[in-house]
Amino acid sequence: MKRKWNWPIWLGFVVAVGGLFSYEFFAEFPVTRDFPWANLSLFGIGTALLLLGLFRAFGRPQLYRGRIFGSAFAAIALLLFAFFAYEIFYVLKQVPLSAQAPRASEKAPEFSLPDQNGKHVVLSDLLSPNGVILIFYRGYW
Amino acid sequence: MHLAAISVDPVDVTAAHCRKLGYTFTFLSDADAAVIKRYDVLHRGAGPKGNDIARPAEFYVDRNGVVQWVNLTENIAVRARPEQALSAIDAASLSH
Repeated sequence: MKRKWNWPIWLGFVVAVGGLFSYEFFAEFPVTRDFPWANLSLFGIGTALLLLGLFRAFGRPQLYRGRIFGSAFAAIALLLFAFFAYEIFYVLKQVPLSAQAPRASEKAPEFSLPDQNGKHVVLSDLLSPNGVILIFYRGYW
Repeated sequence: MHLAAISVDPVDVTAAHCRKLGYTFTFLSDADAAVIKRYDVLHRGAGPKGNDIARPAEFYVDRNGVVQWVNLTENIAVRARPEQALSAIDAASLSH
């Protein structure tokens, strides 16, 4: 008898891969960037489907396909999740302490830098009428 | 109130970026990271080619040149929200 197509394995794998590669999209919205709820949910759904598929493949191997490729897909999905978790929960938190950064009520260090038009700007140019928000960016777009 | 961004990108890169995204606020180029170091917000080797760049950081400096609010994130993905900056400015102007 021809065994049945084990769709949860395929779908689970696609959803788990989507959990990794959708990061750039979800990172555009603060609510899904500050904590990657959306990506973790995709990984969770993908894992549940993969487990369902593996359960079927190993529980009723005469009826369902997928013991070998299901295991391989599950292993790849696990590696992708490990990479994601390492980047999100370790690499992104490797931020310098900046212990000597100016603190509230201290004088802000003066500077003179060119703006996007090549015009030199000094801090005091920016202070009137109500001060300035300085935003340091990582850059390299 | 002014808004000024600072990165290590050279002026031409910053100019192209501002054109592309429609930024009209001041975007300063600190190519040798001298000001970034002065503010102690350097992230050594964190650039794409292992170069030094700025870590994300936000400061509100009042009209007298005094820092009123500092946001130093502990996670590169988590940045200050506009509301945070605005409430810091409100608090600073109330105390004047």
